[in-house]
Amino acid sequence: MKPYLSIENLTQTFPDGAGGDLTVFENSSFGVEKGEFVVILGHSGCGKSTIMNILAGLAEPTSGVVVMDGQEVKGPSLDRGVVFQNYSLLPWLSTLKNVSFGVAARHPEWTKAQVAEHSTKFLAMVGLEGDVIRRKPSQLSGGMRQRVSIARAFANHPKLLLLDEPFGALDALTRGTIQDELLKIWGQMEQTVFMITHDIDEAILLADRILLMTNGPKARVAESVEITIPRPRYRTEIVEHPNYYAIRNHLVQFLGKRSKEMAGQQSEPGQSNRPTTVRIDKTDPQDDPEDKRPALRAVNS
Amino acid sequence: MYGLSLNVRAAILSCLILIVGLLVWEAAIPAQKAVGELTEYERLTGGGQPKAGVPPPSQVIVKAWEQLSDPFYDAGPNDKGIGIQIGYSIYRVLTGYFLAAAVAIPLGFLIGMSPIAYKALNPFIQVLRPISPLAWMPLALFIIGDSEASAIFVIFICSIWPMLINTAFGVAGVREDWVNVARTHELGALKTAFMVILPAAAPTIVTGMRISIGIAWLVIVAAEMLVGGTGIGYYVWNEWNNLDLTSVVFSILMIGVVGMFLDSMFAYLQRRVTYVE
Ligand SMILES: Nc1ncnc2c1ncn2[C@@H]1O[C@H](COP(=O)(O)OP(=O)(O)O)[C@@H](O)[C@H]1O
Ligand SMILES: [Mg+2]
Repeated sequence: MKPYLSIENLTQTFPDGAGGDLTVFENSSFGVEKGEFVVILGHSGCGKSTIMNILAGLAEPTSGVVVMDGQEVKGPSLDRGVVFQNYSLLPWLSTLKNVSFGVAARHPEWTKAQVAEHSTKFLAMVGLEGDVIRRKPSQLSGGMRQRVSIARAFANHPKLLLLDEPFGALDALTRGTIQDELLKIWGQMEQTVFMITHDIDEAILLADRILLMTNGPKARVAESVEITIPRPRYRTEIVEHPNYYAIRNHLVQFLGKRSKEMAGQQSEPGQSNRPTTVRIDKTDPQDDPEDKRPALRAVNS
Repeated sequence: MYGLSLNVRAAILSCLILIVGLLVWEAAIPAQKAVGELTEYERLTGGGQPKAGVPPPSQVIVKAWEQLSDPFYDAGPNDKGIGIQIGYSIYRVLTGYFLAAAVAIPLGFLIGMSPIAYKALNPFIQVLRPISPLAWMPLALFIIGDSEASAIFVIFICSIWPMLINTAFGVAGVREDWVNVARTHELGALKTAFMVILPAAAPTIVTGMRISIGIAWLVIVAAEMLVGGTGIGYYVWNEWNNLDLTSVVFSILMIGVVGMFLDSMFAYLQRRVTYVE
């Protein structure tokens, strides 16, 4: 059976500015299950945002298709909510209006009071209550703005939530708080999430599965690493889980070394590049030692 | 002095400058002799008439008081109150101006949204824009025939360019992220235009509108001097022909005051639509 969100043979080329073509990624295929939290990790410039814009329907791939819930993605839709890296709040609207205009677009049949109530509820879920929601985005801190943007996305109950480095511009403390809020709200809503980041710890904390991308050009999603740490996860506790450093080391190795080595490697022309599944679980005696050996060595050294 | 706020101190300074300026002006104008003191020769050469000289401020103030206490009297084609004259001018300016806005803002939207429309229309705009609006007057008078409508046309043609260019510029410069927000929320074309693009471009558009109203007010005076009949421009010219420089000075001041008033309305609008990113 096909996964809930299925990316098939996605290829993206851009003119490289010198008359030639730049192939960002080629024949990339992967899937995301319903309710899954998938994080994609990769070096800057490997094409993560490009993939996300295609998933959002904001950009069209050179070739390949994206199918969600049995329907091909063609253009943007309220079914796919986006949280942009720079928040993209409308600066002339109040915080509440920034959320409620989206809610009103989703539910044209609702009364103003219903829209306002629903929006207020979701702002409260990310910790924005009272006077704050009447302020303009320019009067909010960066962290608060990103909260508004998350509330706006969740309030619309999209089938798929896309986040492009949502915490990239925030300081570490604020980032931590908002990550916790994101986890909490995700736990309540069983939302399918696809998120881009370049922060390994953030990825491990949040994800069910991490997709690893090789460096561009001709990047590909090379591995799909399962995060075998049970939920609920707390940042202070997961570091003590036996799998944490094993997984972390595997990711560090990949980003530090193998993403470069594997760059530009393709399978047979025309064949689709599916990621290899990697499962690292030191708590499971059945675990295949082949798969985790590099990670274990890294831990022990 | 130091206890007062900056604004109060500035206001006091303004008043001082005004008073000193008026005193210097008053002192610089030699007083006119009363008729009884004139020599025979002076009387014969027209010295008995009100003298065509630059009036002292005291006379201007008296004139202003006289005119402003009954601004709307109408005693025939060459003798109307200042209120009526200014009213005509404002009516022409606003008619031409709003007609221009009705064309420039939608057209500017189109040009800003569509690179091909921009490229196609740009040469026309570049050629038409630097033409002095008064240069259109003979053509307008010939084609339209009516002097009133011609004056309005001249206002139209001079106010269209800043609004057109600023609207196109503002619309083209709307951040792509904001448009993407509209797209991911499935806002239709019309809703995107009114909910996202218009407010995003509004500060630039209103700046264009403010520049336009300023130019329109500059041009109406000249246009009315040409077409005659009514309006503050005609009034200035007419008083000059009457050698009534007190009225000329008074109406110059009135032109300034009305211009400031028009500008401040758009300054207010500008403050309303400005946002901080
Ligand atoms: N519209 C575009 N035109 C040309 N090249 C582009 C365009 N968008 C992205 N690219 C190129 O594609 C590559 C991937 O970009 P991007 O998806 O933004 O990377 P990431 O988000 O992983 O940092 C980069 O080399 C970038 O220069
Ligand atoms: Mg990016």
